[in-house]
Amino acid sequence: MGKYIEMIRIRFLMMLAYRTNYYSGILIYSINIGAYYFLWSAIYGNKGEIEGLSVIQMTTYIAVAWMARAFYFNNIDREIAQEIKEGKVAVEFIRPYHYLMMKTMQGLGEGIFRLSFFSIPGMFIVSLIFPIEFSAAASTWLFFTLAIILSFIVNTQINLLTGVLTFFFFNNDGLIRAKRVVIDLFSGLLLPISFYPGWAQQVMDFLPFQAISYIPSMIFTEGFQGAAVYEALLFQVVWAAILIIPIQALWIIAKKQLIVQGG
Amino acid sequence: MKHATIFFLYVSQYMKTRLTYRVDMAMEIMSDLLFQAVNLIFILVVFGHTNMLSGWSRDEIIFIYGFFLVPFAIFGAFFNIWDFNERYIVKGEMDRILTRPVHSLFQIILERMELESLFGMITGIAVMVYAGSRLDLTLSWYDPFVFLMMVIGGAFVYAGIFVLLASISFWSDSRTSIMPMMYNIGNYGRYPVDIYNKVIRFILTWILPFAFVGVYPSAYFLGREEWYGYAFLTPVIGFAFFGFAIFMWNIGVTKYRGAGN
Repeated sequence: MGKYIEMIRIRFLMMLAYRTNYYSGILIYSINIGAYYFLWSAIYGNKGEIEGLSVIQMTTYIAVAWMARAFYFNNIDREIAQEIKEGKVAVEFIRPYHYLMMKTMQGLGEGIFRLSFFSIPGMFIVSLIFPIEFSAAASTWLFFTLAIILSFIVNTQINLLTGVLTFFFFNNDGLIRAKRVVIDLFSGLLLPISFYPGWAQQVMDFLPFQAISYIPSMIFTEGFQGAAVYEALLFQVVWAAILIIPIQALWIIAKKQLIVQGG
Repeated sequence: MKHATIFFLYVSQYMKTRLTYRVDMAMEIMSDLLFQAVNLIFILVVFGHTNMLSGWSRDEIIFIYGFFLVPFAIFGAFFNIWDFNERYIVKGEMDRILTRPVHSLFQIILERMELESLFGMITGIAVMVYAGSRLDLTLSWYDPFVFLMMVIGGAFVYAGIFVLLASISFWSDSRTSIMPMMYNIGNYGRYPVDIYNKVIRFILTWILPFAFVGVYPSAYFLGREEWYGYAFLTPVIGFAFFGFAIFMWNIGVTKYRGAGN
């Protein structure tokens, strides 16, 4: 366990060395939040609320969705693909740790870094510019913390899955890009899931994506109340457990049929 | 003539390299399509909850998005210079470019082209045809030519802004994230400018004129006469920005010192 904590620490320090890159990142996210803020204000027009969300809740939703993205987002799928292509992965196999676990920990180090140097200051800046409401209830913050940890897990698992698929496709930049687009749309980053037509919502109930962005954001804006919060968290836990199966299966098959092209 | 020959030589070379990984190329085109579909789905879902967006109907917004895709596809295919600083200045690749007897920007365009982006034009035109037929838009004989001018103008607006930003690297080679940020600001141009406040509207019209890539030229085809003045400015702004960008680039090249390699 100690070695994995060390990996988190090292990645954190590595990110810290390049922290100036992140100031512009906050600006980029603020620009995106701004675009959606104006768009949603125009969409709401004179309407008090749509699907149970007021315009202020909607602004908060967008802001928290983007800022939480900084925490759960990572490029480990790209890194894994790169290491497989370069043949470096062969060396990783003989090292005394689980390769996928190591990648997850690096992602977590990055996430913790971005949470402290990006999301928290970013959220503060954004709340000065746009009308955003923070919940005063301690329970909301507790559930939100749980929810973003689970959203990190689910998102990382999907990244591992796409990354490991490189063993079979050799070059899967296209798949990685497609996955990113699908996640932006179906995770609830751009649109709350409750805004979709009924049939689409039913389909998405059978997919893991809303565990990534919709659930934490709805908890934060208090769009979910009472039992809905527990159901949402359960949804995340179940998917986090289910996704272990395909990852492990692919990993075992990949190890058997590994071809290293140089390295 | 020389330039045309070089262009086609590069294109054929490009096709060969891309066709080596066919599955990957298909996936890339698919993911581009998906990306375009996401924005369309966004508009469709939003209009499930409202009928008008600051006086613009659903089909008009879809039309604007369709138009935006066409100049953006051309820009995406030929002006991949968002990583110019790292790729050419920091790594010293610019040295190689400058030893050859063709304009440096032209070479970089050819080296970095991504022709599969051009599929976006087809999507864009299809989206416009769909929205246009629902709006009962009629075309006169000169409209295709106007369309061509507007598209070129729009693509030049994008190209001008990005070339201008790339030229900054000749003076300062420190890493900046202005270029990726521009892609995000560009998204503002996809929606009618009336939804933004005055400051943003001014910026989108005169400073970073992304509104000339989407809403202004579309207003002409949608018959929104109150915006005609801006619509016809599209090619003017496009050529002015691109011309200015080339001018700055040419000055910048003379200031290039090389980072060594």
